[in-house]
Amino acid sequence: MKRIMARAATLGVGLAVGAGFAVGALAATPKKGGVLEFVVASKIPSYDGHQESTFGMIHPIRPFYSLLIRINPENPSSATDFVCDLCVGDVPKGTDGGTKFTFKIKQGVKFHDGTPLTSADVKATYDKIVFPPQGVPSTRKAFYSMIDSVTAPDADTVVFKLKFPSGAFIPALASPFNFVYSKKDLDEKGYSWHKTNVNGTGAYTFKQHQPGAFVEGTRNPDYHHEGKPYLDGYKAISAPKMAVRIQAIRGDRAAIEFRGFPPKARDDLKKALGDDLTVQQGDWNCASTFVFNNERKPFDDVRVRRALTMAIDRWTGAKYLSKIAIVKSVGGIVYPGSPLAATEEELTKISGFGKDIEASRAEAKRLLKEAGVENLTFDLHNRAVDQPYKLVGTWLIDQWRRIGVKVTQKAVSTGQWYDVYRKSKDYDVGVFANCQSVINPLADVSGWLCSASNNYTYCKDEELEETFKAMNKEPDPAKQRVLMRKFENRAMHEKVYGAMVLWWYKINPHRSYVKGWKIAPSHYLNQHLDNVWLDK
Amino acid sequence: MTVTTENLGSPDIEALPERDSLIVRCWNLVRRQPLGAAGLLFIAIMTVMAFGAEVLTSINPEEQMFEHMLEAPSWEFLLGTDNFGRDIWTRIIYGARTAMLVGFFAAFFGSVIGLMLGVGSAYFGGKIDLIFQRVMDIFLAFPSIIMALAVVSVLGTGLQNVIIAIMLPMIPQCARVVRSSALSIREIPYVDAARALGYSHGRIILRHMSPNVMAPFLIMFTSFVGQAILAEASLSYLGLGVQEPIPAWGLMLQGGAEEYAESAPWAAVFPGLAITFAVFAFNLFGDAVRDVLDPKLRSR
Repeated sequence: MKRIMARAATLGVGLAVGAGFAVGALAATPKKGGVLEFVVASKIPSYDGHQESTFGMIHPIRPFYSLLIRINPENPSSATDFVCDLCVGDVPKGTDGGTKFTFKIKQGVKFHDGTPLTSADVKATYDKIVFPPQGVPSTRKAFYSMIDSVTAPDADTVVFKLKFPSGAFIPALASPFNFVYSKKDLDEKGYSWHKTNVNGTGAYTFKQHQPGAFVEGTRNPDYHHEGKPYLDGYKAISAPKMAVRIQAIRGDRAAIEFRGFPPKARDDLKKALGDDLTVQQGDWNCASTFVFNNERKPFDDVRVRRALTMAIDRWTGAKYLSKIAIVKSVGGIVYPGSPLAATEEELTKISGFGKDIEASRAEAKRLLKEAGVENLTFDLHNRAVDQPYKLVGTWLIDQWRRIGVKVTQKAVSTGQWYDVYRKSKDYDVGVFANCQSVINPLADVSGWLCSASNNYTYCKDEELEETFKAMNKEPDPAKQRVLMRKFENRAMHEKVYGAMVLWWYKINPHRSYVKGWKIAPSHYLNQHLDNVWLDK
Repeated sequence: MTVTTENLGSPDIEALPERDSLIVRCWNLVRRQPLGAAGLLFIAIMTVMAFGAEVLTSINPEEQMFEHMLEAPSWEFLLGTDNFGRDIWTRIIYGARTAMLVGFFAAFFGSVIGLMLGVGSAYFGGKIDLIFQRVMDIFLAFPSIIMALAVVSVLGTGLQNVIIAIMLPMIPQCARVVRSSALSIREIPYVDAARALGYSHGRIILRHMSPNVMAPFLIMFTSFVGQAILAEASLSYLGLGVQEPIPAWGLMLQGGAEEYAESAPWAAVFPGLAITFAVFAFNLFGDAVRDVLDPKLRSR
């Protein structure tokens, strides 16, 4: 009897374990159906990816569109792993000494209005991005300075010819903002039509947009990636207040927020939801910076600018600020971990990155005295967004207080914040952020160029421009790295047009039933949602 | 005829009752208006905190002590610390300064301008009064907080702009109340006499009419201070008031309530209590002032 009982027990355990494995195997198989609800912290300025640069547009609108190539959705953390989206096979290698890239376009792809996609649509899209007509905005045009021409020799071929070989070309091509538009729409409806209308080839079709409330997308049955998307649709809910977004996930009114929460919110959610919450986190290709109005006294004096960066204890700040804000790593102008990034030893030689903060602050005080502004007071122009802008701004003010500088924070709405930088130029020192998508250091650092459209220091520096050009044309990685150090040194040490504060850290707590989505080093990436499914 | 003169002596003048000492008067006030006295006491404490902040605490309210971030109340930090490791007790004390500054100045300018406009409107009467009152109607049609938000959106944030934003909606409220009192005063003969003597309009308004509407003015003023403190806290909570790192109760509430309500409730509870008590105190004191100055209520 005992033997029978023992065998039955063994069988029972075996069955239970087997069933567990079976359930596990089933759980790994994507389930179809369901609607993903997620929260978005920012508004949609327009639907046109070519001119916008905010996640407020990318998160709700990106799923309607496809790209020519994209980062590998299964390996989004890689800076070099790209796959075809609308092209066929692998991402092509350059020919003709790395100056010619030929893409074969997928056949049978349809826009949501039923128009078939051809190479002419891809060419028209890239013509708009790279060579926009006068008055047509293209925010990332500078990323494509290496492109000489885009041609479509036949219906399924697109050829990019470059002026010089560039390692920045393929990453730039994979920008999530490069929505492929229909040539017919561009020709017949004009270049502004996509600001207020949607017609893509993405995984979801546009259902509705209630401004300030939500955007809804429905599964595209003709999607060109077979078997996808898994969801019936999605709903992107607008929720500017962080407390609302946290409570939405906690109360299961939303499953995920794709931008990122601070550590405290992650801990609170985890404590409340336990295994019902999964946390994905990693480094973020986004950094807090501060910029000086180089046209305004006394910030036109490099001694004053250097003193202000030297007062910042970044190493201690990283340790503590990372507990309350979405910042973490100390780094130079290049994404930490990239082969082109400065090592810690190189970094500590740059003004404000030294580890002896007392010596650094003593030197800062001396510089201010030498410049005749011992009792310096100024306004810090900031964006009225808590994470991390206002937190970083408040911390900076305390750092400057320690060298006797009195600072008043002026936090304004996002629109006003940009207006001050772009139009009125009425600021002393401003908090800024350099956020990029695909890790592409050669292009990502372009914002430090005085000529860059998103450089608001109003500086002029030919040497910086020349170094940048040389660096982008340099094929030897070792020499490229040397040029990058020269560029970084010039911008942040010799001239101090602005300064890095800390690199961000992306934390995405989400409901555990959300599967298939993998965190990327940017809140712009991996937002097509075609591989997301709900394990409910 | 003999005239006798009686020494009438000095007439018996009824001795005036001796004036009560300050302590007795205070005690009488406490007896008659216990709630108002409690309000006044809290206002006095707030005033001491506002002016004597440097004496009451040796810690800089903007000092970030990260090694003490989000510490619970203790002997070292009486009310705990916030997310930057700043001492909450110190920030509440210095926050009283911000609250009093905004409350007093917004209420003072709002009620004084309202007084001038209200009395002036009643004095001139006719078309001027009619047009002026319609303009006041337009201003009164907007909820105060909405108007304050609009003003801050246009002028920007900062202490000075917050005072202006809070003050503006108070002007028509005060002007309307004061005007109704001034209308009856305008009919009293001494105003006609002043006119007959050739006094200027300004002199009649300022020196002859305004002092006689002090009762409603003082009531409005005291209630405005409480309203202004609450409005400042509301604007700061919405991120449109004073900016970090200036210690302000609404700002502290905003910083603490959203993220740390559960794990570090002291960061939100104590600034919230400070706002509640301050507004309550000014309301109680305002009610007491009204009771004392209103003859109908005084006789009860």
